[in-house]
Amino acid sequence: MKKILAMLLAVMMMVVAAGCGGGGDKASSGSGAASSGGKKITMGFSQIGAESEWRTANTESVKKAAEEAGIELQFSDAQQKQENQIKAIRSFIAQGVDIIAFVPIVETGWDTVLKEAKDAKIPVIVVDRDVKLADDSLYVAKIGTDSLTEGKNVFKWIDEYMTKENKKPRGGTDQFQVVVLEGTVGSSVANGRQKGFKDEMAASPNAAKYNILASQTGEFTRQKGQEVMESFLKSDRDKIDILFAHNDDMALGAIQAIEAAGLKPGKDITIISIDGVKGIFQAMIEGKANCTVECNPLQGPVLMETAKKILNGEKVEKMVYVPEGVFPADVAEKTLPERKY
Amino acid sequence: MSSVKDKLRAFSDSSLFLPVVALAVLLAFNAIFVDGFLTISLTEDGRLYGRMIDILNRSCSLVILALGMTFVIATAGIDISVGAVVAISAAVVCTLLGGRGDGVAETPLALAMLAAVGVGILCGAWNGLLVAKFKIQAMVATLILMTAGRGIAQLMTEGQIITVYYKPFAYISGVIPGNILPTNIFIALAMVLLVAFLMKKTSIGLFIQSVGINPTAARYAGINVTMVIFLVYAFSGFCAGVSGLIESSLIRAADANNAGLNMEMDAILAVALGGTLLSGGKFYIGGSVIGAVTIQTLTTTMYALGVSSDQLPVVKAIAVIAICLIQSKKAQEMFAAWKERNRGGSKSLSQGSGSTGTKAVNEA
Repeated sequence: MKKILAMLLAVMMMVVAAGCGGGGDKASSGSGAASSGGKKITMGFSQIGAESEWRTANTESVKKAAEEAGIELQFSDAQQKQENQIKAIRSFIAQGVDIIAFVPIVETGWDTVLKEAKDAKIPVIVVDRDVKLADDSLYVAKIGTDSLTEGKNVFKWIDEYMTKENKKPRGGTDQFQVVVLEGTVGSSVANGRQKGFKDEMAASPNAAKYNILASQTGEFTRQKGQEVMESFLKSDRDKIDILFAHNDDMALGAIQAIEAAGLKPGKDITIISIDGVKGIFQAMIEGKANCTVECNPLQGPVLMETAKKILNGEKVEKMVYVPEGVFPADVAEKTLPERKY
Repeated sequence: MSSVKDKLRAFSDSSLFLPVVALAVLLAFNAIFVDGFLTISLTEDGRLYGRMIDILNRSCSLVILALGMTFVIATAGIDISVGAVVAISAAVVCTLLGGRGDGVAETPLALAMLAAVGVGILCGAWNGLLVAKFKIQAMVATLILMTAGRGIAQLMTEGQIITVYYKPFAYISGVIPGNILPTNIFIALAMVLLVAFLMKKTSIGLFIQSVGINPTAARYAGINVTMVIFLVYAFSGFCAGVSGLIESSLIRAADANNAGLNMEMDAILAVALGGTLLSGGKFYIGGSVIGAVTIQTLTTTMYALGVSSDQLPVVKAIAVIAICLIQSKKAQEMFAAWKERNRGGSKSLSQGSGSTGTKAVNEA
C-alpha cells in the first residue's frame, strides 16, 4: 500500500514538476518543488501549543499516526499565538511541503495565509477547531469533533438513565430540574454542545419531564465551575436533580461545591459532562460522577487517512468527524487504564 | 444625638466613605432582590453556610493581592505579574504535594506551603530588582513575569492539571473540622491586621507614600528609596504566593492556565475602587480591602440573579462604571457641594470652602 502510494505520488510530482506550475488541480499538488521519486509525503502541522492534557493527547496522536502512516511530519508549536501559526504556515509553503494541517487558535484572520497556500497549490486541512473564511475553497477538509452530537448524546444518556434508575425529582414536583455549566461564552464548542442538548431535549417525547433551572458560564475552568455551582446550590439546594457541565473540569469543580453543600454528588445530583479526561474517570470510580461523553482528541489517524486520500486525488468530505463514545460510570474502572488523556 | 451626627459627618468626609457606600448599596440590592441572600445557616457538621460566607471565602485571595498591590501603586508603580505568580505558587505547592490518588503527600504540607510562598517572594524580589535597582519601568518589568510566569507554571506541571488528593491541603481554603469558617478568611484577616499594625506603629506607610509623591525629595529626606521600592514588590510577590496557595486549595488542584487569570486586573481595580490614585502617593488599605470584597460581591450577585452568561460581561461592566463614577473626583465635588447646601446657611461659608480646599490638596 505504502509503496503504491509512494509511486503514485512520485508520478504525480513528476507531472507537476514537468508542467512547472502550469495547471494541475489543487488536490494533486506537489507545490511545484521538483523532488525525485520515492520521497515520503511531507506534512506541515501547526499545533496551537500546550494547554491541557487533552491537547497533549491531540498532539501525541498526530505525531504517532504520522509515523505509522509513513508521513514525514514538520511539527510546529504556536505557543498559543496566531502570528506564530501564520509564520509556521508561511514557512511550510516556502519549504514546499505536500500538505498543510493546522489547529486554528482563533476562527478569523486566516484568509491571506490560506490564499498563499492555495496559490502554491498546497492543500490545507483544518483540524479540531473551526475557521471562518470568506472563501471555503481555501481548505480541502475539516477534521474535528462534533459538539452538536456530543450535546445530543448527553441528553439521550440522561433520559435513559433517569428512566432506568427510576429516579424521582427531589423537589417533589414532577419535573427533573437541570442546571447547566456552560463553556466560554461564544466559543463554537460551547454553542454546539448547548444547542445539541436543547435540540435533543425539545425533540424528546419526555421533554416535559425536564426543566432547565439555571444555565451559566463556568468558562471551562474548574474554579469557575465550582463558584457557579456554589451559587446554584445556594438558590436551589434541594431542587437540583441533574448537572450537565460542558466539560469535565467544570464538573470536577462542581463536585467539590456539591460536597461542601452537604449533598452527595452522583447520587443526589446526577452529573454528566463532556470530554472524557482521566480525572472524571477517577471521580466516576469513586461514585461522584455518572457519565462522560467523549470528545475525542485522537484525531491523528483520521487526519493521516484524509491527507493520503487528498493527495491521491480521491474525493473527501468537507467535514470529517472522528468517532466518539459515551462512557457511563459502570465502565469507568475498566476504561481508565486504556485512556490516553 | 449630635455626637452621632458628628461622627456620621466625620465618616462621610473620610476616605472610606465612598467604597463603603458602594459596597453597602450592592449588598442592599442583593438583600432585596435575591432570596435568602443574608441567610447564614449552620450545617450538620457545624460550618456556617450561606452566600455571605461564599463571598468572604472567594474574596480572600483578591483581598490579599490588593494589599500588596496598594503599596506598589502607592510608590507610583504597578505589578501586573501577580496573576502569573499566583499560578506559579499554585504549581509549586501542587507539584510538591503530588497528585497521588491514594491521598498521600509526597512532601510535608508545611514545607510545600513554605516553598510556594517562598517562590512568590522570589518572584516579587525579581520584580523589585528590575524596578528599584535597574530602574526599568514597572509596567515593563512586571510584564516579563506576567508573560513568562504562566510558562514557568506550565513547565512545572508539565502542562497538566495536577489534582491533589491529600485531604489536609483542602483545609487552607476549606473548613478545618471543628471550626466554623474557612481558614483562608482567617489568613486574609491576619494579613490585613498585620498591615494595619505596620501602618499604625511604624513609619513604613509614610516612607512608601513619600516615595510615591516625590522619590527625589524622599531621597534627600534620607529615605532609602531603592530599598523601599524593592520591598513593596517583594511584599506584593509574597501576597501573590499566599493567594496562590488559597486559589489552588479552593479547587485542590493546580491549573497553570487559569489559576489567577486576570487577577492582576481585578487587584488593580480593587485598589482603584478603594480610592488610591494610580499616580501614587496617598493610599488607603481599608479602601482596597473593601474594593476587593465589592468586586467579588458583584460577581456573586450576577450568579445569584441568574444574569445569562452572554450578558454577564456587559452587566458587570455597567456596574463597575457606576461604582467608578460614584467615586470619581467630579462626583465627589458634587457630593461635597450638595452637603454644603444641606448644611444650610447657618454654617459659615469659609468653613465649607476650607474643608473642600483641604480635600483638593489631599488629592493633588
